[in-house]
Amino acid sequence: MAKRIENTGEPVQFTFDGQTVMAQPGDTVAAALTAAGIDILRSSVVSGSPRGVFCMMGTCFDCLVEVDGVPNRQACQIPVTEGLTVCSQQGAPDVLEASA
Amino acid sequence: MTQLSPMQPTKVDVAVIGAGPAGMAAAVTASKAGLSVALLDEGQSLGGQIYRNIEHGTPFRDGILGPDYVAGRSLAESLRASDVTYLPRTSVWNISTDNMLDLSRDGSSSQLIADKIIVATGAVERPSPMPGWTLAGVTTVGALQILLKASGVVQEDAVLVGSGPLMWLVAAQMISAGTPPKAIVETTPKGRMAQAMPHILKALKGHRYLTKGLSMMRQVRGAGVPIYNAATDIRINGHEIAESVTFVSKGKEHTIRSSHIALHQGVVPNQQVTRLLRCDHKWDASQHCFRPVLDGQGKTSVPDVYVAGDGAGIGGAKSAALMGRLVALAIAQEKGKAAPERVYRLQAALASDGAVRPFLEAMYAPAPQFVKPAKETIVCRCEEVTAGAIEDAVDLGAPGPNQVKSFLRSGMGPCQGRVCGLVVSSIIAERRKASMDETGYYRIRPPLKPIPLSELANFQPLEVAQK
Repeated sequence: MAKRIENTGEPVQFTFDGQTVMAQPGDTVAAALTAAGIDILRSSVVSGSPRGVFCMMGTCFDCLVEVDGVPNRQACQIPVTEGLTVCSQQGAPDVLEASA
Repeated sequence: MTQLSPMQPTKVDVAVIGAGPAGMAAAVTASKAGLSVALLDEGQSLGGQIYRNIEHGTPFRDGILGPDYVAGRSLAESLRASDVTYLPRTSVWNISTDNMLDLSRDGSSSQLIADKIIVATGAVERPSPMPGWTLAGVTTVGALQILLKASGVVQEDAVLVGSGPLMWLVAAQMISAGTPPKAIVETTPKGRMAQAMPHILKALKGHRYLTKGLSMMRQVRGAGVPIYNAATDIRINGHEIAESVTFVSKGKEHTIRSSHIALHQGVVPNQQVTRLLRCDHKWDASQHCFRPVLDGQGKTSVPDVYVAGDGAGIGGAKSAALMGRLVALAIAQEKGKAAPERVYRLQAALASDGAVRPFLEAMYAPAPQFVKPAKETIVCRCEEVTAGAIEDAVDLGAPGPNQVKSFLRSGMGPCQGRVCGLVVSSIIAERRKASMDETGYYRIRPPLKPIPLSELANFQPLEVAQK
């Protein structure tokens, strides 16, 4: 279970899949979600298996989420701002089939 | 400050990529020598990963992270006091042969032309492929430390699996934070101490590091954290989220329940930029990684491109800062500026700081399980390619990582091979009985990080302080 050892300022609020999450100023989206006990951020594009934060430093691209409607953002690189709308990503995007 | 016309790339004497110890030190030294310097960094604030969040530390967190972390603050202060143009949240996604850097920053794109480029992009964690390592709840040990440094977030009851100084440091910091790890599953194979002993005399010159290491281990043992030695056959179990880790230690199988498992096998140079620039690289058999070929002053095989810090080979934060200064002085001299400090003193300090390395490298070389993972183990996390599939592609005639990539898509996902690269090369080398130099590495191409087209369309000129 994740725990905060100290609070450094006025909490900032955002949503993840519609659920309200409280963050501390300076948190990245990935850190705030981890602190809130949310470990699954997306399902993988190949097998659809659940994925979460892995490296926290922008290397692994496992924490990809949709932020304010823009997909494939690295949750560990995006600072939380008040009112941010974050959504999990499900598998690969659908490929539109050409109509016959 | 010069007036800029739209669509015109800004010019600078030196562009430094990465604001960790090497990048900060190089930028400050080059600026003091009279050169115009832009320091480009992807992060929100100065420090890189080792000094992450260094400018916003609290006394409580400083106490947990320790004096070697706090030491980074003076470097950040000297950077703030300098004439360096520091650009945070700036991702370098391409560098072309005319020394033009393409940048992505806050949703817009910019260009910068630099006479000299210092790559100070540091290290990444060596991958620890094992069954179950893609499950949610499994992170690197470095990730736990970043959560602590940047946000004061700790995981209770985490199990640390791996080896090396950083794992012990993080375990000790977790204890100081009041949330000791549930267990440490140590993967250093038996017999490593004997292999490391020939380097002990040299290592004693760096006794400060040895003492620190021993005191961290004592702290972890003293806190009553169970430690399992020479663990093999490690796998993480779970359905969606990690539930437990199973391994064999001293001939007995153990299973420890935890939904947070953190892995570590040491750190290796981040090669993305030097590979993009087609710098020559050589396999380092002691550090078990590729490193760019450099002259004594950090110069690569590509004109105007230099490397400082862990990206040149792993030496740690103190060495990184020393090397940053050395590289900046070499550039200053080349550009006809008087060196503000003595090069030989820096070289002596660098040699003394690195004395402990051969011992650590022999002791903590990656265990066989992570060099040649079992067939069913996923190696490329993005495209979910197994070790067995890579071996099969080799048997079908793929001679190196780039051919395996076109067979299987390994290294073609969003991380562009950052995580799996070294293991894919080592699996191919083992299978073909070829050397790592013969096998080579992924060809890295732009963009170094994916960027939306809208960002390319939104060009913003940069402002950089000129001299």
